[in-house]
Amino acid sequence: MLSIFKREFKSYFTGVIGALFIAFLLCFTGIYVTSINLRGGYASFEYVLSNIIIVFLLIVPLLTMRSFAEEKHTKTDQLLYSLPMSVGEVVMGKYLAMLAVFAIPVLIMALYPFLLSAFGYMAYKSAYLALFAFFILGAALIALGMFMSSLTESQVIAAVISFGALLLMYMMKGVASLIPSDNLTSLICFGVLALIVGAVTYALTKNTAASVGIFCLLAAALIVLYLIKPEIFGGLFPALLTYLAVFDRFIELTGGIFDVTAIVYLVTFAAFFIYLTVQSVEKRRWS
Amino acid sequence: MIEVKNLVKKYGDHTAVNNISFTVEKGKIYGLLGPNGAGKSTTMNIVTGCLAASEGSVTVDGHDIFEDPKAAKKCIGYLPENPPLYGDMTPLEYLTFVAEAKKVKSGYLGSQVREVMEITGLTDMKDRLIRNLSKGYRQRVGIAQAMLGEPDVIILDEPTVGLDPKQILEIRELIRKLGETKTVILSSHILAEISAVCERVMIISHGNLVANDTIEHLEEIANRSNKLRITVRGDSEAVKARLETIEGVLSVDIDEVAEDHASFDIDLIKDRDLRDDIFFAMANMKCAILSMQFEQTTLEDIFLALTDENVRPDEDGNLPSVEEVLEARGKKDDTLFSHMSDEELEALANEKEDDQTEEDEAEPDVDVTEENTEKSEDEGYKPLFGGN
Repeated sequence: MLSIFKREFKSYFTGVIGALFIAFLLCFTGIYVTSINLRGGYASFEYVLSNIIIVFLLIVPLLTMRSFAEEKHTKTDQLLYSLPMSVGEVVMGKYLAMLAVFAIPVLIMALYPFLLSAFGYMAYKSAYLALFAFFILGAALIALGMFMSSLTESQVIAAVISFGALLLMYMMKGVASLIPSDNLTSLICFGVLALIVGAVTYALTKNTAASVGIFCLLAAALIVLYLIKPEIFGGLFPALLTYLAVFDRFIELTGGIFDVTAIVYLVTFAAFFIYLTVQSVEKRRWS
Repeated sequence: MIEVKNLVKKYGDHTAVNNISFTVEKGKIYGLLGPNGAGKSTTMNIVTGCLAASEGSVTVDGHDIFEDPKAAKKCIGYLPENPPLYGDMTPLEYLTFVAEAKKVKSGYLGSQVREVMEITGLTDMKDRLIRNLSKGYRQRVGIAQAMLGEPDVIILDEPTVGLDPKQILEIRELIRKLGETKTVILSSHILAEISAVCERVMIISHGNLVANDTIEHLEEIANRSNKLRITVRGDSEAVKARLETIEGVLSVDIDEVAEDHASFDIDLIKDRDLRDDIFFAMANMKCAILSMQFEQTTLEDIFLALTDENVRPDEDGNLPSVEEVLEARGKKDDTLFSHMSDEELEALANEKEDDQTEEDEAEPDVDVTEENTEKSEDEGYKPLFGGN
């Protein structure tokens, strides 16, 4: 794992991607610090961070797009399969290398509260809590991007689908508020979700009976539930979407409250996508 | 060292590898030969643990590649068809990375990397970026990578593809050198390559293993020709009749008749050199022999015969014998004897024996009839059953 980590970390800096990633994040932070803290006279670094999370939509795909797509494209993944190490170690080595690259600008950003304290009072605790949360949010999104990269052979496609997924998550709360919260709408939305689950099953296994079976089972369960107790569907789908709004979890943490559930949520999110990446890479061996 | 049992790999409905079994012993160079798309790379990918098999098992030095992959992979160095190289690294960096990933102890790491670079002749190129290296040097980096971690088995998938003749010779020399201390398996679709380097050859065709033999044995079969081609000046029918009286001549065919000379294809019985007899027979008739030569079966013919569509192992997984395949092909018979039932084979054998007795009883001076020629042509089958 250490050897993979070292190679990956180094390769980010033999090319331009690592430097570009760091420069982009620092440049964005600098602009916002200037405008909010220095020009606006607003003594809150948390506020800057909550404003710049949109930059993740661009820099996360930049960082993650090549992780697995490039290996598949150049067929170097065969080397990784033939090495005496598990797929889990390979995935973790790559993931930690990306985290290490991400940690560099975050550490530089940690200087801001110090510098700003020259101009007045800084609430260090809430500023550093927000920066920590910013790092955890980034770690979760990088895991998502890595998974997207493991699905394709093309870096461009990996970048585009990562961007799309991140954009959807960024707008999730807005999307949720558009959906009516009555019982029937929720039922229909869950029905569509069941259909998607069935389609994904088919795409992965090419097994018609299993995917149709899964869809029918889910649909039947939903209808039965709806007939017995329709009121539980009230606002359930928008609630689910809100629950999946990763970016908003971070906003909760910038208020100066150390919300452990939000941290656990983000870490679980990252672990889930790391697991999916391992499965997706492992699957290639069975295809 | 490596034991492959009943390996099957299916992609949907397509069977890429169909029930292949073989064992690889320590300290030999093995060749995996087959036309493109025969299943060589798939087999190698499964043996090295890069691909999962649909059925069957692979054990490397006692470790199952699917159940105990780490221990099994430690014994194997693998160069896939496309050398898995990172273009943004130098050979030195790359080999150091692979050595670390293969968990070479840090005390030996530097010296081992230097050693493999020395053997593969990469020392002068060690600080250039891999993407700027020529194909031959990249292939060497790939081979060097496979040698790291001191594996007992080195598996090379088409190591000389795309190289120029000089590079091919160098790589072959390198493989021979590796074979002195390690077990090497290499694949190729070029027969000459396998026969130049390997001691044993396994021929794969359409996902089936159709031969597993030593190169020497195959060459011996190839050289054991029993067809003689001669050109004689004189009356063709008279010469033919005389030739057929020589003991040991099974059949004579007139191939070409020119103004004053003719060419004959002569089938001889095996393991006897009848050239002297023929020479003196012709000399007695005062017919000059213009040329005389054995028709050579080449290794190429053997390879082509074995990779024919119809060649398959029988139901029990026994390989067809090379002699059988060649006989069958020589007669342009589409069926292979190994496919026939016991009864059918016996019937066929009896038929041949009858023909043989008839031939023996026949008067030497009798004019050659159409019927007789056909019968003696059938004798071509004889050695197959006589030999067994």
